[in-house]
Amino acid sequence: MSNLIVGVSPHIRSKNSTQRIMLDVIIALCPALIASVVIYGFRALLLTVISAAVCVCSEWVWEKGFKKPVTILDLSAVVTGILIAYNVPVGMPIWQLIVADVFAIIVVKMLFGGLGCNFMNPALGGRILMMFSFTSSITTYTYPANGIDALSSATPLAVQPELGWNSFMTLFLGNHGGVLGETCILALLIGAAYLLIRRVIKPWIPLCYLGTLLVCSWAFGAENPVLSLFMGGAVLGAFFMATDYVTSPVTNKGKIIFGVGCGLITAAIRVFGNYAEGVTFSIIIMNLLVPYIDDLTLTKPMGGTK
Amino acid sequence: MREKWKIFTNGFFKDNPVLIQLLGCCSVLALSVTVQGSLGMGVALTFVLACSNVVISLLRKVIPDKVRIPCFIVVIATFVTLVEMIVEAFLPDLYTSMGVFLALIVVNCIVLGRAEMFASKNGVLDSLLDGLGMGVGYTIVIVAMAAVRELIGSGTFWGLRIIPEGYQIGIVAQTPGGFLVFGIAIAVLVKINNRRGKEYKPEIGCEGCPLQCADKSECQKEEAK
Repeated sequence: MSNLIVGVSPHIRSKNSTQRIMLDVIIALCPALIASVVIYGFRALLLTVISAAVCVCSEWVWEKGFKKPVTILDLSAVVTGILIAYNVPVGMPIWQLIVADVFAIIVVKMLFGGLGCNFMNPALGGRILMMFSFTSSITTYTYPANGIDALSSATPLAVQPELGWNSFMTLFLGNHGGVLGETCILALLIGAAYLLIRRVIKPWIPLCYLGTLLVCSWAFGAENPVLSLFMGGAVLGAFFMATDYVTSPVTNKGKIIFGVGCGLITAAIRVFGNYAEGVTFSIIIMNLLVPYIDDLTLTKPMGGTK
Repeated sequence: MREKWKIFTNGFFKDNPVLIQLLGCCSVLALSVTVQGSLGMGVALTFVLACSNVVISLLRKVIPDKVRIPCFIVVIATFVTLVEMIVEAFLPDLYTSMGVFLALIVVNCIVLGRAEMFASKNGVLDSLLDGLGMGVGYTIVIVAMAAVRELIGSGTFWGLRIIPEGYQIGIVAQTPGGFLVFGIAIAVLVKINNRRGKEYKPEIGCEGCPLQCADKSECQKEEAK
C-alpha cells in the first residue's frame, strides 16, 4: 500500500492483492512463532500449524458445500488460524483449539459473507468462545520450562510484578507464563516493524492504542503503567488484531478514534474490571462501532456540499 | 376441511410464531437450555394459547375496542394461573426449573399477538386451531433449540449424559449461545420456506405492530407518508 490514502476519486490501481498483504502478515507473525517455540517448546508449533490447517479446511469445506467460489488462496484463513493459536496457552487441548477455529471461520466469518463482510475479527471471536467455554484451559498459563514438568502460573497481569529492570527484560523477552504469541514483545515488535516498512498497516491504530493505554493506566492508578504495555496481549492486539482491514475504520481520523477507544477500554477493564485482560473485549467493542466511526469520518469529495 | 388444516399447520413452519414472527423470543432464549423444561414450557404455552384464543374469540363481539388489551390480559392471566397451579401441584420439579417464565406467559407476545391478530377477528373453531397450531410451532422450535443447546452445551439429552464430562462447549448453553442457535435456526427455516416456495411476506398492519397504540389515526398518518 505505497502511500495510498483512501479518499475520493480518482483512484489508482495497485498491484497489491489480498494474498500479498496476508502473506506479509504471516511473515510478520513468524518471529513471534519462533520465539514461542523457543520459550514453550515444539507443542507451540504443533498448535499453530493445526490451527491454521483447520481454519483453511473449514473455509474450503464451507465454500464447497455451498457452491461458493473458493477463497482459501487469499491466505486470510491462515492468518486467522495463526492468531487463534497465538491466543492459547501451550497446554491447550487440541480439540478445544479446533472448536475455536471452526467457530471463527464458519460463524464469525463465513456466515456473514466471508472476508470483507465480517463485523468482528474472526480470531478474537474464536478467543471469546474459548474464554467463555474453556475458561480453565485458557487461563492455565504454563510457565516456560524446557521439559515435560511445566509449571503453571498466573499471567503477569494478575500478579503485578515488581517494577525493575529485571522484570522489564523478562516481559520484553517473553520468558514468563502466558499465551503463545503475546509474551515475546521483541519478536512482535520485529514483525510490526516489518508490516510498517512494507506499509501493510498504518501506525495510527497501534500508536493511539498503546499511547492511550499508557496514559489511562496511569490516570486510573495502575501500579506500573509502563509495564502494562508489555503485559498481556496489548502489543499483539494493537499491531496484529486491531489493524485488521475489515474491522477497522478506513480513514486516518477514524483509525485514531478507534485506537484511542481500544486503549481506553483495555485500561478500564484491566484496572476496574473482573478480568485480568481487556484487549479482546476492547477490540471487539470498537469493531462493533466501526461502521459509525466510518460514517462520522467520511472524507468529503472536492466541491461536495454538506 | 382443507382450510381448517391450513390454519392448524400455518404455525408449524410457514408462519412459525418464534422464527418467522419473532414473537416470544425471551422465553425461548431463556428456557431452551434443557429439553425437559422446554417441552414443559411448550405444552403450557400451547394450552394457554388454545384456551385464551377460544375465550377471546367467543367474547370478540362483547369486548369494546378501546379496552381490548386489558380484557385479553385478564383472560390470558386466568389460564396462566390455572396452569401455574396445576404444574406447581403435580410437577414441582418442572415448576422450579421454569421459574418466573411460567407466570410470564401472561405477557408472552405470542399469546397476546394471536389474540389481537387472529382470535379477535375469527370464529371459535378457527381460533382454537390457530392457537393449537401456533403452540405446536412454538414447542417444535423451543424443543429443537434445547436439544442442540443441551447436547453441545452440557453434553446431555433429557438429563442423560451423551458426551463425556469435559467435552462440552459451555458457551452454547449460555446466553450468547442462545442467540447464535436462534439466529441459525431462523436462517435455516427461512431457507426451507424459500425452497418450498412459501416465502413469508409479513403483513405489518396495526395488528402486527408491537406499539399497540390506542389511537390508530396517528399510525395511519405515518403510513400515508
